[in-house]
Amino acid sequence: MNKKFSRKALRETGQGYTFMFPALIVLGLFIIGPIFYTIFLSFHKVQLLGNATFDFVAFDNFTRILEDTRAKIALWNTFKYVVIVVPCQTLLALILAATLNAGLKGQTFFRIVYFLPTLTSSAVLTLIFMWMYNKDGLINNILDFIGLPTYNFLGDPAIALNAIMFMNIWSTAPFFMVIYLAALQDIPESLYEAAKLDGANVFQRFLNITVPNLRPVTSFVVIMGIIGTFQLFDQSYIFSAGSGGPDNSTLTVVLLVYQYAFKTLGTMGYAAALAFLLALVILIATLLQRKFSKEESLY
Amino acid sequence: MKKNKVGKTILYIILGLYAITTLVPFLWALSSSFKTLQEIVSGSMSFIPKNFTLENYKQIFIEQEHFPRWMFNSLFIAGVGTFLNLIFNSMAGYALARLTFPGKKALFIIILGVLMIPAQVTMIPNYLILKELGWLNSYQGMIVPGMINATYIFMMRQFFINFPKELEEAAEIDGLGKFGTFFRVVLPLAKPALAAQSIFIFMGFWNDFMRPLIVITDIEMFTLPLGLNTFKGQFVSYWNYIMAASMVFTLPVLMLYAFFNRYFIKGISFTGGK
Repeated sequence: MNKKFSRKALRETGQGYTFMFPALIVLGLFIIGPIFYTIFLSFHKVQLLGNATFDFVAFDNFTRILEDTRAKIALWNTFKYVVIVVPCQTLLALILAATLNAGLKGQTFFRIVYFLPTLTSSAVLTLIFMWMYNKDGLINNILDFIGLPTYNFLGDPAIALNAIMFMNIWSTAPFFMVIYLAALQDIPESLYEAAKLDGANVFQRFLNITVPNLRPVTSFVVIMGIIGTFQLFDQSYIFSAGSGGPDNSTLTVVLLVYQYAFKTLGTMGYAAALAFLLALVILIATLLQRKFSKEESLY
Repeated sequence: MKKNKVGKTILYIILGLYAITTLVPFLWALSSSFKTLQEIVSGSMSFIPKNFTLENYKQIFIEQEHFPRWMFNSLFIAGVGTFLNLIFNSMAGYALARLTFPGKKALFIIILGVLMIPAQVTMIPNYLILKELGWLNSYQGMIVPGMINATYIFMMRQFFINFPKELEEAAEIDGLGKFGTFFRVVLPLAKPALAAQSIFIFMGFWNDFMRPLIVITDIEMFTLPLGLNTFKGQFVSYWNYIMAASMVFTLPVLMLYAFFNRYFIKGISFTGGK
């Protein structure tokens, strides 16, 4: 009996690992392995030309970050971007979802339209916006038409990052809107009816029923938003043709990692240190957010 | 009653304004792709082209000889990548949900952990590993590192945990092994979950910008996002061409969306931690 049982267990183990095999290979070779490889690289000076060399430099790559002005600019730009984009896109997503959920006719039509930017690739969206942001592009024409000042969105360092922020709030909010929409279905109708009887108006119902009931989803949306915004790359790259310009105003941490890793020689180890730091920052931001929202929900 | 009407009107105004905000960039891009260069540089604000022309669409294929190849590359990588993901994610999800084997719990925790890891951390080593394998500038270099996805392994596990066990037991009594049961009974019944993830995985491959940027340097092997970026450098102020190319690039995903609209929403609520 016992022998038969263990043979069955053995067979199931074999089956389990066979089913998992492709996943294990990719996880090991392209995700878990590389994490340790990144840590290894971040403590070395890497030369790839000719015979690749890896010289141990201890914490040099990390201390170098402190002296690197471009790294500071990139961190600051990324930080600004996260702090502005995450709340804006979350709020916009919530408002859109609540409005869509009000039970109006044509809901499906609006939902389909709103979802379009989420489907479109970042490359295409960035190009469309660059075309609209152009000096004599559509946006400046409209601004001029209604008598507002026009801007050099692409060339003015004071504005370029804002232009990307606006574009990304516009393109990511609908994705989170759908998550909110799904969650809104789970709020019992009876809560709203009871509030109606108590004489609460639309806004009171929104603030006192919808918002508190959506808190767990909001926490999820914010975490996803933080992780996503910290990784801003495609838009900056296409906007500035890879440079992070004008005047480093669209330089993000990931773009800087890319430049140091693949565009300048001998700085791959330093790039790995920056990437590792970014991962830590994202992790800490996520944990802080989680802790923060847990404490909040106690009230 | 009257108050209700006012409220509804306000809601419609909000919805309508936002719909316009969403649509304007797309319509503007679409209309620009049918305009002549003269009209483009004249700074006209009209959404209807003065001289409607298909010339831009023709020109992008003539001026950029690689354009058809880029389309093929994108379709091939996204197609094969999605197919492999569907099979491998389901297999892993099934093992985690249904089979008992040592190390299962640890593997599950690792997969949950991987969900939190930003791609940038693995970007540099991935490049070095692909280089070592001789996979730079190749389809396998683009497909293999992305042929599984932790999010969807997790999603498939959740799906299979709620899957009725009786069907598999019946299949086993009929003499099907674990693999036969999985491929002939379980997988066909998992279609809704597969449809939902396939759209997102396809879009992930199709729209990916960073991986091809790092893995591919040979212009023949470019995918559309990379090609589009080069295209922009090549035709700096020919926005009519750039917009035509952008439209060609966007069309397949829009078609997918039109066909699978209901699965999209389902897919998001699956991944939305529900």
